[in-house]
Amino acid sequence: MAQVESMAHSMARPDWRARFARQSEAIIIPLSALVLGLAGFALFLFVQGKSPVQFFQLVWLGGFGTGFSWQNTLSRAAPLLLAGLCVAIPARLGLVVIGGEGAIVMGGVAAGAAAIVLSGLWAPFGIVAMAAAGALAGALWIGAVGALRHWRGVNETISSLLLAYIAIALMNHLVEGPLRDPASLNKPSTPTIDAALAVGKMPWPNVHWGRLTGVFACILTWILLERTAWGFAARMAGSNLRAAQVQGLPVGALILGFTAFAGCLAGLAGYFEVAAVHGSANASLAAGYGYSGILVAFLARHNPLAIIPVALLLAGFEASSGLLQRRMGLPDASVLVLQGFVFVAILASEAVYGRLRLFSPERWSRA
Amino acid sequence: MSFLPDGHLSSVAIAMLGGAVRVSTPFLFVSLGECLTEKSGRINLGLEGTLIFGAMSGYAVAFMTGSAWAGVGAAALAGAAFGLVHGLLCSLPRVNDIAIGIALMLFGMGLAFYFGKGFIQPVAPTLPSINLGWWSDSPQLRSALRINALFLLGIVLALGMAWMVRATRIGLIIRTVGDSSDAARALGFRLVLVRVASTSAGGALSGIAGAYLSLYYPGSWNEGISSGQGLMAVALVIFARWNPVGCVWAALLFGAAGALGPALQSVGITQGYYLFFAAPYLLTLGVLIATSSPNRSMSGAPGELSITR
Repeated sequence: MAQVESMAHSMARPDWRARFARQSEAIIIPLSALVLGLAGFALFLFVQGKSPVQFFQLVWLGGFGTGFSWQNTLSRAAPLLLAGLCVAIPARLGLVVIGGEGAIVMGGVAAGAAAIVLSGLWAPFGIVAMAAAGALAGALWIGAVGALRHWRGVNETISSLLLAYIAIALMNHLVEGPLRDPASLNKPSTPTIDAALAVGKMPWPNVHWGRLTGVFACILTWILLERTAWGFAARMAGSNLRAAQVQGLPVGALILGFTAFAGCLAGLAGYFEVAAVHGSANASLAAGYGYSGILVAFLARHNPLAIIPVALLLAGFEASSGLLQRRMGLPDASVLVLQGFVFVAILASEAVYGRLRLFSPERWSRA
Repeated sequence: MSFLPDGHLSSVAIAMLGGAVRVSTPFLFVSLGECLTEKSGRINLGLEGTLIFGAMSGYAVAFMTGSAWAGVGAAALAGAAFGLVHGLLCSLPRVNDIAIGIALMLFGMGLAFYFGKGFIQPVAPTLPSINLGWWSDSPQLRSALRINALFLLGIVLALGMAWMVRATRIGLIIRTVGDSSDAARALGFRLVLVRVASTSAGGALSGIAGAYLSLYYPGSWNEGISSGQGLMAVALVIFARWNPVGCVWAALLFGAAGALGPALQSVGITQGYYLFFAAPYLLTLGVLIATSSPNRSMSGAPGELSITR
């Protein structure tokens, strides 16, 4: 009896240090990997006789130092948030979808095409319909990846990437041909969207509404994944598909629903690029946001809330690229190299989880 | 093809034949590289980055030394280095080979664009080609049969690799490691060593594929040099059923699909020009849909391969 009592006693008073250690693992390891990746890039610059200190100063200045640079960073973060979610949501099911670029492109083209039909209609309806067109196109594009996976067993990583190439070819065909605005001479584009359909800026900060939508989507996705039965079922299916099927979970519906939802968000990113940034659909849609989104999701370890700060950080790097070119004469690809260093460091850090005594309270006593 | 005027059909066919051989060589090398890597039980999605870096380094070295073959050698070395990094990183516990591949793809592209900025303008020597069409009077046919030495080398390599995998001790070791880690461990084979070596050799082959792009066809270095050959290699290998000789046919087929748009344009058909760019990707997707199955793993696939399980 006394033994039971003491057990209950020790369970009722969980050691806060142990809990803190366990939870801090998920933050400290990715942060250290990030720092290690940055250090690797600093060394890369140093070997070439370029100043890493100046590099990081310029990144700070160009990405986060001034009000203007914040504005630049925040508007670049919007598509990264949505593209990151497009990777993180299927990842909950154990699916590695890396073709978000295709959904962004198709979402943008669909929105640009819808704008032709919708111009002159009642503006609130037009805006909603245009956004819906973008979201639907994206949902169909990535949903198709999920459908192929579920019914045909086609590997989702490869099919999503192939569909991204197909999307870009389709976009080029459409903006060079059927949807081309004859007035767009240098850069073939769809007709410029009606002013009433354009998405304006928020009162504060001075960036378009896509940013707020992105943050909102992250929070919504977090609730979906962490606080609903669907999210729980998806996690089960992701960790053990066979067990989930035996339990009678609707695995097929989960795969289709999650991939379509992920594509819908990437399609929205394309919509905002058209309605808030470029004003028409053209080749600028394939700017690589979909690929940066992969890094965002992996860096955030597929946690929707962590995507918010990570997208901001990477957007800051990208925002500072112009300044780096002018002041240090670095090619614009230096941001890609930096991302590569960080990405490799983050993935290699997977090997460290659960191995450090600092984070494993059950191993503390065995000193 | 009733929309083609008389005589154009044969022009398109000849242009596609020449185009298929020209376009297929990088497919051949990169798919042989992927095939070797996958035989050992790993998948390298980073070959796209390796290929682009190979194209850049091959072009740069060819420009600096004045020898195209030195460029090919440099590209192979660079590719082997990328393969080595992939192989070593994936040997760490719980590190996913697919994710590392994606990371190295972005990394390789970034490094290639970073160092390649200065080599977009200069003109490097190109690889020589062999005239196999000397017997023909038709200039079209002669230009179609001007075949690069690397294509022939690739075919020899494919045959050699098929023999190695089937009939040699090294081939047996690679196959065992790829089919069952447990069996290989029980036999005392060194798993990590075999996989790292296979991935590195595969990287070297895709580096050569990149050098072909920048040193022969299209024959210049720019940031859009690759159209995803490194990624499509994964599908090509599935299509070839992990058989090196099958890779030759798969590469020719994909080369022909890629040559369709330019061949039609050469006879004046420009409608849907941009759509024809999608042909190889659609073909790849079609192959994947036709050969995959939700219930069984693919026949001929190495057992340890994460992508088919």
